[in-house]
Amino acid sequence: MEFGLWQVWEAGWVTAILRGASITILVGLVSMAAGLVIGIVCGLIKWARIFPLSLLVDAYTSLVRGVPELLIIYLLFFSSVEFVTKVVTAFGYAGVAESGYAFVIAVIAIGAISGAYSTEVVRGGLGAIPDGHIEAARALGLSGWRIFSRIIAPQMLRIAVPGINNVWQTTIKDTALVSVVGLQELMRVSFIGANSTRHPFIFYLIAAVVYLLITLVSQAGFDGIERLLRLRTRKAV
Amino acid sequence: MIDLIQLAAPVLLKGLWVTAALTFVSVLIGFNLGLGLALMRLSSNRLLSGFAKYYSNVFRGTPLLVQIFLFYYGLGQLSLIKDNAALWWVISDGARCAVLALALNTAAYTSEILRGGLMSVPVGLVEAAQACGMSRMLRFRRIEFPLAIRQALPAYGNELILVVKGTSLASTITVLEITGYAKRLMSQTFAIFEIFAIAGVLYLVINLLLIAIVRVLERFLMRHETSSRRKSVALTQVDLP
Repeated sequence: MEFGLWQVWEAGWVTAILRGASITILVGLVSMAAGLVIGIVCGLIKWARIFPLSLLVDAYTSLVRGVPELLIIYLLFFSSVEFVTKVVTAFGYAGVAESGYAFVIAVIAIGAISGAYSTEVVRGGLGAIPDGHIEAARALGLSGWRIFSRIIAPQMLRIAVPGINNVWQTTIKDTALVSVVGLQELMRVSFIGANSTRHPFIFYLIAAVVYLLITLVSQAGFDGIERLLRLRTRKAV
Repeated sequence: MIDLIQLAAPVLLKGLWVTAALTFVSVLIGFNLGLGLALMRLSSNRLLSGFAKYYSNVFRGTPLLVQIFLFYYGLGQLSLIKDNAALWWVISDGARCAVLALALNTAAYTSEILRGGLMSVPVGLVEAAQACGMSRMLRFRRIEFPLAIRQALPAYGNELILVVKGTSLASTITVLEITGYAKRLMSQTFAIFEIFAIAGVLYLVINLLLIAIVRVLERFLMRHETSSRRKSVALTQVDLP
C-alpha cells in the first residue's frame, strides 16, 4: 500500500474528483427539478383521476418503479445513441457533443426515475389535504389557479418535504448509474482513476466518502427546512 | 419480431434464474443481518447502538454501485483479504461479491424498517411478558418479533423490490443476469425496445410475485383479525332469527 492519499493529491486527482462531484450534484439537481415538475403534473393527474391520462401515469410510475434504473438508462442510451450521433455529425459537432450528450441522457433518465417517485410523494401530499379546504376555497369563488397556488400547493409541499428528501437522496445515488454511459461524474472519475493508477480501493473509498458527504449535507439541509416549516405553521396557528 | 422473441426470450429467462438466485440469497442473509443490526441499535450498549447507527448511515448514504465496485475491485487489493482463503473466495467471484454487497446494503435498510417495527410494540405487552416470567429470548420470539414483523411487513415488501432492482447492478461486475443479458442483446440485435420490453416484463413478474407473497404472508399473520371478525359476523347471523 505505497499508494496513499498523498499520491492521490500529488497526481492531481483531487481536482478531477471535485469536478466529478460537482457534475454529480449538477446532474442530481437538474434531474430533481425535472422530476419535481413531472411529479407535480403527474401527481395532480393521479389525484384528480383525469381519466385517460391517469391510466398513462399509472403505467409510467409502475413501470419505472418496477424496472431497474440501469435497464432504463440502457434503453434511453442505446435507443438514442445512433440517432443522435447521426444528427450531430450532420451538423459537424461530432467532438463537442460527446460530453453534452451523455449529460442530456443522464438528466432524462434520472429525471424520469425521480419523476415517478415524486409523483407518488405529491399524490400522497395532495391526498392529505382535507376536501373541506378546497370546497371552502371554491365557495369563496377563488379561481382554479388561485386555489392551486394559495390552498393546495402550500399545504401539499409542507406534507411532501420528508418524501421529497427521500426522493432526492435516491436521485443523487442513482446518478452514479449514469457513469455506465460515460458521463464524467464522480463515479466515472473514480473508475478512471482506479483503472489508470491500479489502486481501486482508495479511489472507490474516496468516492464513497464524497457521496456520503453529499447525502449527509443534504440531510442536514432538509432537517433545517422541516424545522423551519414546523415553526412557521406554529406561528400561523 | 417472432424470431427476435425466440432468440431473446430463452437467454433472458436464463438471466431470470440468476436474478432470482441473487435476490433470494441476498435477502436471506440481509434479513438476518438487518434483524441483528436493529437489535443492536435498540440495545442500551452505546457501542453496539452506535455501530449499528453508523453502519446504516454509511450503507444508506452511498450508492450501491460504489459499494459493489469497492468490494469487487477494491478489497481484492488488500493483502489482508488476499491471504485469507475464505474472504478471497467471496471477493474473487462476481456473483458472490454482488451477493455480499447486496446483503450488506439491504441489511442497512432492513434494520431501519425492523427498528421501526420493534419500536411500535407497546411497552405494556413487553412488561406483561416480563411479569409472566418469560425469558428475554422467549419474550422476543413470542411477543416482540411477531408484533414487529406485522408492522414492518408492508415497508419490507418495498425493500424486497429494491433488492430485485439492485441485482441489476451485478451486471457491472461481469455477472450475467437479466440486465446483463439484456445489455448484450441490445448491442447485438439493435432491437432495443423489444429487448427492454421482454426484460421489463420479467422484472415486473418477479415484483408482482414478491408482492403476492408478502400479501399472503400479511394475511396469514393477520388471520386473528379476520377470523374474529368472521366469528362475530357468524354469531350475529345466528342470533338474528
